[in-house]
Amino acid sequence: MTKTNNIDILKKLLVFSVVMFGFGYALVPIYKKFCEVTGIYELERPDAVSKNIEVDNTRLINLQLDANVRGLPWKFKSLQSHIRLHPGKLTEVMYEISNESEEPQTGQAIPSYSPKSLERYLKKVECFCFSQQVLNGKEVKQLPVRFLIDPEIPDDIHTATISYTFFKANAN
Amino acid sequence: MAVIQDVHGHAHDHPTGIMRWLTTTNHKDIGTLYLCFSLAMLFVGGFLAMGIRAELFMPGIQILEPEVFNSFTTLHGLIMVFGAVMPAWVGFANWQIPLMIGAPDMAFARLNNWSFWLLPIAALLLITSFFVPGGAAAGGWTFYPPLSTQGGMGTDMMLFAVHVFGMSSIMGSINIITTILNMRAPGLTLMKMPMFVWGWLITAYLLVLVMPVLAGAVTMVLTDRNFGTSFFNAAGGGDPVMFQHIFWFFGHPEVYIMILPAFGVISEVIATFSRKPLFGYTSMVYAIAAIALLSCFVWAHHMFTAGMPVTGQLFFMYATMLIGVPTGVKVFNWTATMWRGSMTFETPMLFAIGFIVLFVIGGFSGVVCAVVPIDVQVQDTYYVIAHFHYVLVSGALFALFSGAYYWLPKWTGHMYDETLGKWHFWLSMIFFNMAFFVQHFLGLAGMPRRIPDYALQFADFNMISSIGAFGFGLTQLLFVYIVIKCVRGGEKAADKTWEGATTLEWTHLPSPAPYHSFETPPVVK
Repeated sequence: MTKTNNIDILKKLLVFSVVMFGFGYALVPIYKKFCEVTGIYELERPDAVSKNIEVDNTRLINLQLDANVRGLPWKFKSLQSHIRLHPGKLTEVMYEISNESEEPQTGQAIPSYSPKSLERYLKKVECFCFSQQVLNGKEVKQLPVRFLIDPEIPDDIHTATISYTFFKANAN
Repeated sequence: MAVIQDVHGHAHDHPTGIMRWLTTTNHKDIGTLYLCFSLAMLFVGGFLAMGIRAELFMPGIQILEPEVFNSFTTLHGLIMVFGAVMPAWVGFANWQIPLMIGAPDMAFARLNNWSFWLLPIAALLLITSFFVPGGAAAGGWTFYPPLSTQGGMGTDMMLFAVHVFGMSSIMGSINIITTILNMRAPGLTLMKMPMFVWGWLITAYLLVLVMPVLAGAVTMVLTDRNFGTSFFNAAGGGDPVMFQHIFWFFGHPEVYIMILPAFGVISEVIATFSRKPLFGYTSMVYAIAAIALLSCFVWAHHMFTAGMPVTGQLFFMYATMLIGVPTGVKVFNWTATMWRGSMTFETPMLFAIGFIVLFVIGGFSGVVCAVVPIDVQVQDTYYVIAHFHYVLVSGALFALFSGAYYWLPKWTGHMYDETLGKWHFWLSMIFFNMAFFVQHFLGLAGMPRRIPDYALQFADFNMISSIGAFGFGLTQLLFVYIVIKCVRGGEKAADKTWEGATTLEWTHLPSPAPYHSFETPPVVK
């Protein structure tokens, strides 16, 4: 019933509000960690590939390779526009990036798959998208992606697309 | 009233005219300000709704260009949630909580003045954003990135406005919690408090729990837009889906923030007009607490189609359905309160019964949406629009009308016009259902939300819905007329206007409630 009592509650609730504001920010690392632990979000980590995956020679999947650039004066293309491969076979495809400007620049490639379920069956051992790429002025680089497609992939998928887009990476 | 004011010395020196309202620290003045502000915002948001329905009256683009249409839907949602419903409940809290717990005023009177005067600033930001280059925000009221990380100055103004609304709510809640915990009349224990006060106590806790999280999300979007951070920018290592998780961590409790005070009002009104004590008081308190608690663990049911493992979908599906249990307890308790009561059907009771019937429909369509495979079908269709308008318009707004008619005699000292009040109810009831019931059919048939045009087979239902919406909008002008008429004069209201009322404002105070009340606290036995 006294005034100081009111101020005490005010202080506690203010501290609580500030803590909850911090919690909003804490959700960012918590979310990342949660996705990593549960295996939902593994953009920048190579997949573990079991040694005894057998190549399924009875099937051929037509894989289209797409490459785009956003907000960078770069050229980015895949050296083959599409390949045909057997599920389970370790495959390497090459991409080329070239910096058209004079200044060094940093980019990050973000993958996108079609159909959406391809993500679950695509096992990447090596990819330029696992880290940021730095190109000096006028530099040209050829970069590999080594991967296989899990033979568990549903029978109704005959054609799939892997698309990479290079975005300008913020210096951090 | 003049006699009562003379008892208190400082009643003389409060300023008059505009300065009275700018500097007031009186809970009744501030309550009135909140209520007038929210009524004005109801009409701004309503105007946008009329624009949306006018465009959807016929197939094709007639009135609003798609970009403007998107701004209309976005700002309609934001203004109704943050400008109309939430401030209206804070207005009721300001007027009623001190009167119902026997306190002389709110705990922090100056803070109270502040929390109100932040609101017009935020509203001005939202409304003027229509006139800046690029127009108002158009990415939906939930401002998901990447749409909200693009867009022009209007989006920044909208985000800043949400910040200001949030600050106002947090200050208001701190004030309400302190008032309820510290300033109750002697003898009024927590478990004797009126249900409206209970509803608000729990709401206020929810607000301080989740409003700061929204403030965090808004800050992240603002820094993504203006300072080069990449919280939600995939190219910079961020994740737009994460925004949806943070937003709905706030957003789902937010819908209960808008409905728990409504549960309180309905409990008061049903008990009063059934002339019986509320059935199952204790279970009502625990039901509200259970709903509030569960509401913090169901947020991802808004994002079933955004990409989520099946385990996650199942968890959020079952948790969401669980909320139906305490909500059912409340509905059964209200029905049991009416059972064999000596009921009369004045306007507040009509709105309360209308609330129960229509809110249950909205609750059921909510359970339907909670089922993952169905939600995948109805996600982003008019079924969802119908669902949340049944719980927010015939839920929160009907409860606000019920409360307004219930307490207007205590606030103004005059009876409102009962005949016009009944007209207001029946017209609202008919036009509301005409506007929104058919949207269930549209949604099930696949009409998407937030699109200014539609396929020809949806034409008839849309025309019915638009006519209903226009009727509903016009009917609310009648409410304004009834309120003005009641403020200006009318039959003198008795101190205990309603025969079955039992709370302190009816039993211990004259009508109208004097400017300063309960300077000596009443003793509750």
